[in-house]
Amino acid sequence: MNEEVNPLPSLEQDQTSEQTIEEIVASLGDTVGQPRVEDPKMSVSNVDVFYGDKQAIFGVDLDIANNEVVSMIGPSGCGKSTLLRCLNRMNDTIPICRVSGELTLDGEDIYSKDTDPVLLRARVGMVFQKPNPFPKSIYENVAYGPRLHGLNRNKADLDDIVVNSLKKAGIYNEVKNRLDESGTSLSGGQQQRLCIARTIACSPEVILMDEPCSALDPIATAKIEELIDELRENYAIAIVTHSMQQAARVSQRTAYFHLGKLVEVGDTDTIFTNPRHELTENYITGRFG
Amino acid sequence: MLLLIIFVLTSIAYVVGRSRAATLRKNGEQLHSLPRYYGYLTAIYTAVPALLLLAIWSASEPTFLKQSTVKTLPAEVQSLPQGQLDLVLNDIKNIATGGITQTADDPLREASAKHYNDRKNTSQLLKSIVVLVASILGALYGLRKIGIHTRARVFVERAMMTVLIACSCIAIFTTVGIVLSVLFESLRFFNKVPFTEFAFGLHWSPQTSIRADQVGSSGSFGAVPIFAGTLLISAIAMLVAVPFGLMSAIYLAEYASSNVRAWAKPLLEILAGIPTVVYGFFAALTVAPLVRDIFEGVGFEDVASESALAAGLVMGIMIIPFVSSLSDDVITAVPQAMRDGSLGLGATKSETIKRVVIPAALPGIVGAILLAVSRAIGETMIVVMAAGLAANLTINPLEAVTTVTVQIVTLLTGDQAFDSPKTLVAFALGLMLFITTLILNVIALVVVRKYREQYE
Repeated sequence: MNEEVNPLPSLEQDQTSEQTIEEIVASLGDTVGQPRVEDPKMSVSNVDVFYGDKQAIFGVDLDIANNEVVSMIGPSGCGKSTLLRCLNRMNDTIPICRVSGELTLDGEDIYSKDTDPVLLRARVGMVFQKPNPFPKSIYENVAYGPRLHGLNRNKADLDDIVVNSLKKAGIYNEVKNRLDESGTSLSGGQQQRLCIARTIACSPEVILMDEPCSALDPIATAKIEELIDELRENYAIAIVTHSMQQAARVSQRTAYFHLGKLVEVGDTDTIFTNPRHELTENYITGRFG
Repeated sequence: MLLLIIFVLTSIAYVVGRSRAATLRKNGEQLHSLPRYYGYLTAIYTAVPALLLLAIWSASEPTFLKQSTVKTLPAEVQSLPQGQLDLVLNDIKNIATGGITQTADDPLREASAKHYNDRKNTSQLLKSIVVLVASILGALYGLRKIGIHTRARVFVERAMMTVLIACSCIAIFTTVGIVLSVLFESLRFFNKVPFTEFAFGLHWSPQTSIRADQVGSSGSFGAVPIFAGTLLISAIAMLVAVPFGLMSAIYLAEYASSNVRAWAKPLLEILAGIPTVVYGFFAALTVAPLVRDIFEGVGFEDVASESALAAGLVMGIMIIPFVSSLSDDVITAVPQAMRDGSLGLGATKSETIKRVVIPAALPGIVGAILLAVSRAIGETMIVVMAAGLAANLTINPLEAVTTVTVQIVTLLTGDQAFDSPKTLVAFALGLMLFITTLILNVIALVVVRKYREQYE
């Protein structure tokens, strides 16, 4: 079925010729749908991202609201992870990466000279594709952030933060008797929830998740998705995912990226039931028929 | 010459064996293996028995020659003690080969020498014939074996395995041999000097008298001062090497751009390639006077011109590449996900390194440091040149001290009697040194292995 509906230009082709990418991107036209929301937590305006000479993101506008999950979907290499990593300036660690345009958190430009990326990353937490607990105890993993930022006044405070974070990440009951065991001794799904607990412990305002379930089995995935839904009550969440069911299950709004361009964005229900852009429709139907 | 002939025969055997097998194959025989394996098989049958015979013959030849020559000597010479008999035989051998002799012409010895030469020539001739015959017989046997019933590939594989096992056995047996010889010589030493005196004695003065009435006739073998010297110098070296090595490793692994890393790392590793002799005279001629001048300048008195500090400093510099290169490898091996996780939580780069990267790499770093320590303890040349010979029991780094390796060198250079405690103590020291570095290496290996398991 994939063979029949496959108008997506292959990525290899695009990478060989600079001209083609730009032409294709131009041919995609303007973003379909409504990228703006009222009272956004984070706002992305006309953002371009370059890796060296290669442009990875083309003029993207997107808002992330409080108490909402925005999912970013699209084929591999479409720039969704790149954009996510711009939101807490993790791309700063890549020397050849250059970002232009405006990204704001609560209306403040996060790429301005006054913004400290270190403080930004405490406010905008990130959960990675592969669970990456530190080779320390479970307790130390969660206490890491609060210790760094001096969020606790004393040991009892820290204990509270750790326990609450673990509870919010829905893992407390599984680990409460072995907080001093190594974080790496947990199963993959538990490790990922530990990483979420670790992020929550820094009391962030926004949580970014980069394919948080792609290394997990279906049961662990279901637990994380349930957790994401609960976390929505307190945080603004952006999630990059390859699984369209996941996007449909956990998110309120969905953004479809193609070759670094935001093609379509809108309510998740609308996108999945009634996509307006041809590429979005092809992507969604092409995978599932 | 003989070896060359065997080689040629082997090559011929290979070619013939292979072509014969190929012919058989062409004629429709269901051979077990490819023709070249039959070639190898024939070659092995040609070479191995012949070479074995050659080796055995060559090894036993001198003994037979000696016995045969001794029989030609008069009875009173034959009854001489072993040592003098050996001298006479040596003389005869020298006459036979036209070398320089001790004694003037002696018809008796001339006769013996002639006998020796005759026997030797006969032996050589016989040896050549026997070996060549063995080689040819082997080749014929190998050629006869070519056929459907011989599984040449299996045979060749087994032969390869035997060769490999033999090679590794040689390495292992050499190690065992060295350890055992050091061990037995040490036991001889401990027969003469009690172990407790060696291990706990505080006075080191290994000079023993040759005659009973000589001054200073009693050597004393307390090894504590020299082990203390070794530890002092190693400690100074580690104080230099660990911080510098570790920090340069962190810089190279975490901060340096790939360009800087590309030339800085090899440059650092060149330090490891400088011969220790060069470090030694650098320490003795440049660093030691400098250390003395500096410390006398700030008011210290009695700074020795050969000080533990100078030797330790230079040794530390020598060891930097060991620490930095190994640490760099383990730091680079820490997964990027760890760094991302920490940075994503709002840690700065140095916080990430301090709290996540270094702890994660710590076992590997410890392993690197322990390897460096055993290297420092075993280092000889620098301390010989720069640390001095006086066995002072001191922790003052400005005094001259001596180390185990230096003492072994001084004990064993020059003419020595190999049964006096003075010489034998070198083996005891060597044994202790060996045990120390062995333990350190074992700990290092265990630690490093534990580290590897963590990320599997």
